[in-house]
Amino acid sequence: MLRLVAALLFTLTLAAQSAGELRFCLRTEPKTFNPLLVEDESSETIRYLTAGVLVRLNRYTQELEGELTSKWKVTENGRRIDFDLRQNVSFSDGTPFTCEDVAYTIRQLMDPALHSPTGDAFRSAPGAVESKCTGAASVMARFPGPVAALAAQFDQVGILSARSAHKESAVLGPFMVGEYKAGSYILLRRNPNYWKHDANGKKLPYLDAIRLEIQQNRELELLRFRRNQLDIVNKLDPEMYDRLSAEMPKSVIDAGPSLDWEVVFFNQVASAPLPDYKRRWFQSDEFRRAISEAINRDDICRVVYRGHARPAVGPASVSNRFWLNASLKPAPYSASAALARLERDGFHRSGNALLDRDRHKVEFSMITNAGNKLHERTLALIQQDLAKLGIQLNVVVLDFPSLIERISRSFNYESVLMAITNVDLDPNGQMNIWLSSADNHQWNPAQKTPATPWEAEIDKLMQAQNAAQDLNKRKAYFDKVQQIVWERAPILFLVNPNALSAVSSNVKNVTPATLRPQIYWNAERLTIGGTLVSQR
Amino acid sequence: MNRAQKVALILLGLVALASLFAGVLASSSYSQQFRDSLNASPSARFPLGTDELGRDRFARLLYGTRVSLILAPAAAFLSTLIAALIGGTAGYLGGKWERAVTAGIDLFLSLPWLFLLLTVRALLPLNTSPITSVIITFLLLGCLGWATPARIIRAGTRTLVHSDYLVQARANGISRIRLFWRHLLPNLRPILLAQFWISVPVFILSEANLGLLGLGVSEPLPSWGAMLRELENYTAILHNPWMLVPAALLVVVVCCLQLVLGTEERIPC
Repeated sequence: MLRLVAALLFTLTLAAQSAGELRFCLRTEPKTFNPLLVEDESSETIRYLTAGVLVRLNRYTQELEGELTSKWKVTENGRRIDFDLRQNVSFSDGTPFTCEDVAYTIRQLMDPALHSPTGDAFRSAPGAVESKCTGAASVMARFPGPVAALAAQFDQVGILSARSAHKESAVLGPFMVGEYKAGSYILLRRNPNYWKHDANGKKLPYLDAIRLEIQQNRELELLRFRRNQLDIVNKLDPEMYDRLSAEMPKSVIDAGPSLDWEVVFFNQVASAPLPDYKRRWFQSDEFRRAISEAINRDDICRVVYRGHARPAVGPASVSNRFWLNASLKPAPYSASAALARLERDGFHRSGNALLDRDRHKVEFSMITNAGNKLHERTLALIQQDLAKLGIQLNVVVLDFPSLIERISRSFNYESVLMAITNVDLDPNGQMNIWLSSADNHQWNPAQKTPATPWEAEIDKLMQAQNAAQDLNKRKAYFDKVQQIVWERAPILFLVNPNALSAVSSNVKNVTPATLRPQIYWNAERLTIGGTLVSQR
Repeated sequence: MNRAQKVALILLGLVALASLFAGVLASSSYSQQFRDSLNASPSARFPLGTDELGRDRFARLLYGTRVSLILAPAAAFLSTLIAALIGGTAGYLGGKWERAVTAGIDLFLSLPWLFLLLTVRALLPLNTSPITSVIITFLLLGCLGWATPARIIRAGTRTLVHSDYLVQARANGISRIRLFWRHLLPNLRPILLAQFWISVPVFILSEANLGLLGLGVSEPLPSWGAMLRELENYTAILHNPWMLVPAALLVVVVCCLQLVLGTEERIPC
């Protein structure tokens, strides 16, 4: 009898600690469950929660940690990586995890026929990848060219099973896809074979399941959160944050500046359908820097983002602890300094208007995407800031496809205000922006040869940091890139919006981070209404 | 014109006058941002407070009235005119022409015109001034808003064409033109006026919706529609009713006054 009571109490304790279903929303349907084919945010969420990876970037400490590997070593100038794998690990379907699975995943990742977006980061040179077991629990991969931050790139590589009959549904992460009702929800169930244990030896994850509701409407999402039908709201806008903060002050979390940017850039494409005098303005460093100085970033943070943003410095967010060039500060706001700079560049005031040296009135348009109130308000502030210099800014709000068409195909625009989402701490994630030959070198993309000496210099520095294996050397190269970008202002970095979320008080062990996914980065340790100690 | 209409006309005239003299009545420009007075409560300096960018709501309401009070009726007039021409002719002529027009109206109503609006906005030169942009928007609304009124006007015309007094007039040998101008058109007037007045608030709200797609009034020009977009933030409005009540009240009052002007028409026989 005593044994029975003890067993019952033990079961009840377990239930109290592990029971629970976490609920939050995805904005869109995930496009794939294959971890190697992830491109969209919803699929990325599924990958993060279900796929097992060899190394994981700790979103809180911003340090790399071993997951399925206990040790790794990068050699041959960043071409080769060796992993020592954890033993006695199984996929969710019970298939044992071996070095063959890692070798198979890497071959799949680099298979040109698969077109894996995750694999793009590893394709630094033409040629085939070599991947093989080097022991019972060790594996190596040799890439055709040096890959910068090679180990960190494996944070995005979900390991597939080489032998399981279930393929994508056999996972090594804390959760596995249990149910999927298109357009409605995805239920992720606890992976019974997950390898991690907590400090007390208890199997992780604590949660039984995560229910991902597919919901586009933010107001409905907020309403459901208020009714306790959801546990987390990700990516709140500042207005929603303040609204919720007034009603449920303990639920909202401002994790500080994110890696995302709000930026402005001018069209510098040589073939763009612009009058020559306007092209001259936009290609002038002094003109761009003057505009940058004329924009009051502090006001944008205070008025538009209600204090939930930080003036941006440049390519590294203020929250990117290692890569930020600490000697740089956001462009200082000064209308008089901006006017003086413009006058040095041949502009002059005539009554209320600013004229260039050929007496053309300085007037240009700035496009942004429709339906984004933050952008519309930012533009209204910039409009008034520039009016102080005598510049007439015409605000044009376009639907998103039209905007993309103009900035990437027809180049029929003058300047643009847009948000850039950044998920990578490492500057290699920005190669597609800073290389002059890149398609995303937005102000003048896909150049055959660099249009300016400073773009050539940036090309050289970005390639040097990509090739270097010494982290401090890479940092020195990227510091210089940040310095050039600050001086030449091809992109005017306005603000880094804060990462704002809401979490129900039922969710325990939440440790908000500035990196995505800010709230559930430690999903395996979250619990609902349990007795575990909260770290909030 | 009866007494109610006269009162409505005077009140509408006062609203129009206030909007015309906005520069005198408002202490600041509709676009000037007082960034240290965001979302301020009503005060002597800002009679209706300020918006989220610190702009004087009173000034924006007056200037917005100017935009909406002129352009929404203009668009309504255009759409009613097109509807009268198409629907009226179809109802008057009847037969194959009427069937063709009815099918055409059904087809027109089923088409996704939103894409046309998006395309037109995307094709506009980028340095189009806000006022030109808003005129084009209302012009497009006027050109696209004729189908529903045309259907009603066609039905109304058809009823009139078969009415006893028109049959009798035709039997008396009155010419078609005289029949149309003397007997049909005056009797259609209440329907046309009703369609016109119904269309005005519809266009005001359409402009607000289009603002979400980038086709509305662009910054910094105010409009009633743009001001009504603040309804999205309903909790803030519950706490600070002065944010929206004056604008909403003005829209409702003006629409009611316009309806009074329209619905009091008598059908002459």
